[in-house]
Amino acid sequence: MSRSFPLLAAALLGLATLTAPALAADEKLPAKDVGFSFEGPFGTFDRAQVQRGYQVYKEVCSACHAMELMRYRNLGEPGGPEFPPDQVKAIAAESKVTDGPDASGNMFERPALPSDPFVKPFPNDNAARSANGGALPPDLSLITKMRAGWSGSLKTLYTTQLIKGMGGPEYVYSVLTGYQDPPPELAKEAPEGKHYNPYFENGHWIGMPPPLTEGSVTYADGTPATVEQMAKDVSAFLAWAGEPKMEERKRIGFQVMIFLAVFAVLLYFVKRRIWGRHEP
Amino acid sequence: MAEHERVEFKNPVARWFDSRLPILSLAKGHVIDFPTPRNLNYFWTFGGILAVMLVVQIVTGVVLVMHFTPHVDFAFDSIEAIRRDVNYGNIIQKMHTVGASMFFLAVYIHIFRGLYYGSYKPPREVLWMIGVLILLVMMATAFLGYVLPWGQMSFWAAKVITNLFSAIPFFGDSIVTWLWGGYSVDNPTLNRFFSLHYLLPFVLVGLVFLHIWALHVPGNNNPVGVEVQSGQDTVPFHPYYTLKDTYAIVVFLLLFAAFMFFAPDYLGHPINYAKADPLVTPTHIVPEWYFLPYYAILRSIPDKLLGVIAMFGSILVLFALPWLDTSKVRSANYRPVYRQFFWLLVIDSILLGIVGSNPPEGAWLTIGRIATAYYFLHFLVIVPLVGFLEVPRPVPASISAAVLPPRSELRAAE
Repeated sequence: MSRSFPLLAAALLGLATLTAPALAADEKLPAKDVGFSFEGPFGTFDRAQVQRGYQVYKEVCSACHAMELMRYRNLGEPGGPEFPPDQVKAIAAESKVTDGPDASGNMFERPALPSDPFVKPFPNDNAARSANGGALPPDLSLITKMRAGWSGSLKTLYTTQLIKGMGGPEYVYSVLTGYQDPPPELAKEAPEGKHYNPYFENGHWIGMPPPLTEGSVTYADGTPATVEQMAKDVSAFLAWAGEPKMEERKRIGFQVMIFLAVFAVLLYFVKRRIWGRHEP
Repeated sequence: MAEHERVEFKNPVARWFDSRLPILSLAKGHVIDFPTPRNLNYFWTFGGILAVMLVVQIVTGVVLVMHFTPHVDFAFDSIEAIRRDVNYGNIIQKMHTVGASMFFLAVYIHIFRGLYYGSYKPPREVLWMIGVLILLVMMATAFLGYVLPWGQMSFWAAKVITNLFSAIPFFGDSIVTWLWGGYSVDNPTLNRFFSLHYLLPFVLVGLVFLHIWALHVPGNNNPVGVEVQSGQDTVPFHPYYTLKDTYAIVVFLLLFAAFMFFAPDYLGHPINYAKADPLVTPTHIVPEWYFLPYYAILRSIPDKLLGVIAMFGSILVLFALPWLDTSKVRSANYRPVYRQFFWLLVIDSILLGIVGSNPPEGAWLTIGRIATAYYFLHFLVIVPLVGFLEVPRPVPASISAAVLPPRSELRAAE
């Protein structure tokens, strides 16, 4: 490697020295294969689940994690949690945004509107780092798209991925439910302020303390708020946030496939008829 | 296309127009009546499929540009805005990215078809060489386009690939600085990549035009590999091949749609959904699947400059293929030895792809080196030697003799 590709090797070496503990063990466990309603070609989001997932994000995750690509209006759009318009307005109005300048040139605070992006927990990355022991809580808008639950293994590469995708939502679920006591041989080298999680992407040590405990939120629909339930709900919510138009994609996909299939059959018979004319 | 007959159209407007610009006569001669071997199999439909894919890429690309912002601070978010807020943008964007993969799938089948049936042999050398040029421009276009969303893999791909030019002796570093438009991959790089990504597809259109022109001088090769000798060997392009091609195109679009709508991320890398960060190197920098064999060749040579030369050489060697192949027989159907080596080359290319997706360590490095050596061995040694040593099976006298039942049987049937 170092001989055939010195620049890349140098870059990797540089990174390795910068984040030595993070790269120490990259053989993370494959994500737990939990079932979701949105898997497969017919899968759609479970509205109630995505709504509960938003509640978990709002009440737990959003303390540290931004979702810069999301706007409050998205919560009411078709294909997602589909909160009614009044509720979307109410949800937005719970947060304050800085607007302006007004006529006299001053900035002012106002309640957020549905057209506003989700309000960020920290004004910038440095503030986020300093409040979280140096670790930057990643933006969650695309977390289920950018993290793979089971890539890299030949066994799963060609089968599981094709049917279930890259396992992004499963990855989120696995990290949220995967906190463990470190194995004794690793325990003594535990980095300061890090937690052991064998599902975590960058080595086994994650800066985020276990975010969910039994009853962290109280679901309005009476669903028991176990850690597994909350993890699954918020993973479903984040899966929707990663691709809000997934249901539209699959719906149009079926129309296109059916059209093309019928068209292909018709063309096949026309082609056979035409070529039949030329049989000797 | 140089000499074509003027058609006397019945419609007075058509006749008036055609006598001033004989484009209707040209279309009639080259699209409707064009005599085409009657025995082309479905591997010959990939030319039409590729033409459709080029149009798909250009049309979706033009629409995407209406919403894309070529700036390091906005490129990633503007792609996300397309996926989230533009009407049907999620679908158009996937059509473009998955379309690139499908384009390469089709072009590789098209190229291996040419290798199997000897479509590069006289008198089709120029046709073949324009085809290799098309492949090179396609690869450049795909690479430039991959950088535009400015995700993590986009950025690092740009860095790794442009850094290859630093292997050039003496001027390497200056060339890289010139390519980047600065001292690192940054906004000027993104801007020029965007400009070139918009330009090259139209260069491709021009090359495709030349490719078809060069095809229409000798006409199609065919599975038997002997030239057309009489009207019995051919059928008019329309309706026979217009329908066969359209049928194949629609079946190909079914595959395209299956990936695009139901496994859109399968052919890509998750990490490209993360915004480019020059300070964080991805654990594995891997190109898209269609570049993996070249990447494997690059990494299996333990010297950077030689690696780069081998990588480009793996394509440039195709330019010389018409002269490397010493056999007079075109179709591998009549070449029992070459046919086996052809399939070995297919396996070798797939193996190189698998090697390219794995880190170049341990067994993978060894396998990669053997596969790379075999790739060049095939073109530089095996192909010339087999041409001399092989005893081909008897080739039919004509296409119709090969594919039509003998006259005696016809008479018996009557």
